[in-house]
Amino acid sequence: MAGHTTHEIDTTVSWKGKVSPFRTSYGKLMMWFFLISDALTFGGLLVGYGFIRHAYTGKWPIGEEVFNSLPFLGHGYPLVYVALMTFLLIISSVTMVLAVEAGHRMDRKGVTKWMLATIIGGFFFLGSQAWEWSHFIHGSQLGRVQLNDGSLAYVHGHAATFESFEVIKAGSHHHVGDVVKDDLAHEYSHAVATGKVMSDGSIVLHDGSVAKVNVKEAAHIDELLIREAGAEYALNDKITGEEAERLYMEAVTSGEANRVVYGANMQQNEYGPKQYAQFFFFITGFHGFHVFSGVIINILIFFGVLRGTYHRRGHYEMVEKAGLYWHFVDLVWVFVFTFFYLI
Amino acid sequence: MERDDVYEYSLDTHHDEAQGKLIRKKIYFVTILLTAVTAVEVVLGAFIKQDPESWVWFTVKWAFILMTILKAWFIVMVFMHLKDERKVLRNIILVPYLIFMSYLIFIALTEGNAVHDTWMN
Repeated sequence: MAGHTTHEIDTTVSWKGKVSPFRTSYGKLMMWFFLISDALTFGGLLVGYGFIRHAYTGKWPIGEEVFNSLPFLGHGYPLVYVALMTFLLIISSVTMVLAVEAGHRMDRKGVTKWMLATIIGGFFFLGSQAWEWSHFIHGSQLGRVQLNDGSLAYVHGHAATFESFEVIKAGSHHHVGDVVKDDLAHEYSHAVATGKVMSDGSIVLHDGSVAKVNVKEAAHIDELLIREAGAEYALNDKITGEEAERLYMEAVTSGEANRVVYGANMQQNEYGPKQYAQFFFFITGFHGFHVFSGVIINILIFFGVLRGTYHRRGHYEMVEKAGLYWHFVDLVWVFVFTFFYLI
Repeated sequence: MERDDVYEYSLDTHHDEAQGKLIRKKIYFVTILLTAVTAVEVVLGAFIKQDPESWVWFTVKWAFILMTILKAWFIVMVFMHLKDERKVLRNIILVPYLIFMSYLIFIALTEGNAVHDTWMN
């Protein structure tokens, strides 16, 4: 800042070595060294992602198609949610730098106010990320289907809604004649994903009983978009109308597990190659862990500010060092945003 | 334990209200810049379709990368105050890292493309 390095410093009062490297304090220098090593870790992760992404050119999912939902509002808002998350992190970075600036003026009230705002921003970001993960893991209503020719297709349309399931063959829990009314959509998609939908439309429930499905509103398949070519269909082919319904039902009633995949886990996901979800979990998870530890560090420093520890010390360098870490977390997100969501 | 032989460099960063006003102005400028660039990125991302064959997408992709570097530059130089540190510290942090990362990016993406070509044939 102002006049930081302009005047000469008496070497007799420097570090023990009598010369201060870079004329900066020990703590700040060590924070920078740590940040370089952390930047190498994130750099390595993103470069690894770039390697896989280039190897899968054409098959890799497209960010604005995967991330196009908002809480309460549903689909059709490409990248809006992640843009809000980015904005949140930028703003909390600004409040942090304002806290540092207030510290340079020994303005204790200002530091307190801006540190508190930073901590709140951090919690909001963590909450947003929790929603984002949950949405990514649960996936879309209709999932991705593997057609009979081996090709993989995104399914666009509306999922069915259900009245009830009537048990027609007893299992370990339900008896014949039982009517199931709870958690129907989840139970049905579980049966679809595990290949337990019969050709007459009845399904096998969790406990092994067989139930007749009373549909309120039937599923409607608008379009199958081929994402990986098979024997018959090529990449980016679009199948619509009755043909789409027929092919989808063929896969659903095939009796094979994993013909329809919902959401994501470490083994498979509906969006694209399995590495896509693996990198998503690892990179955004590792970043989220940094945000979390950043919030904890900020809270500890905030208590120091409240108790006046730094004010008595005569400077707020602790806030500055925590600030360096917090800005770094924002910096990493700028790159994650571009390379994971935009490109 | 307090050490009186260590010079308190942090005291050098202290400034008065008048200087603070100028610094805050700069912070608000960077805030608006970062927000505006992010907004442009989101609009481009939502409306320009990804297509490895098209020159429009190629341009947009490079625009994304340049905008990211621009944002990163302002975060590091203004928010992290690296611009206010001594030049030698700035260089020792940035230069080795950037040289190494350029190499790593080049080699990994070249290899990634080669793997892709092998799978295609």
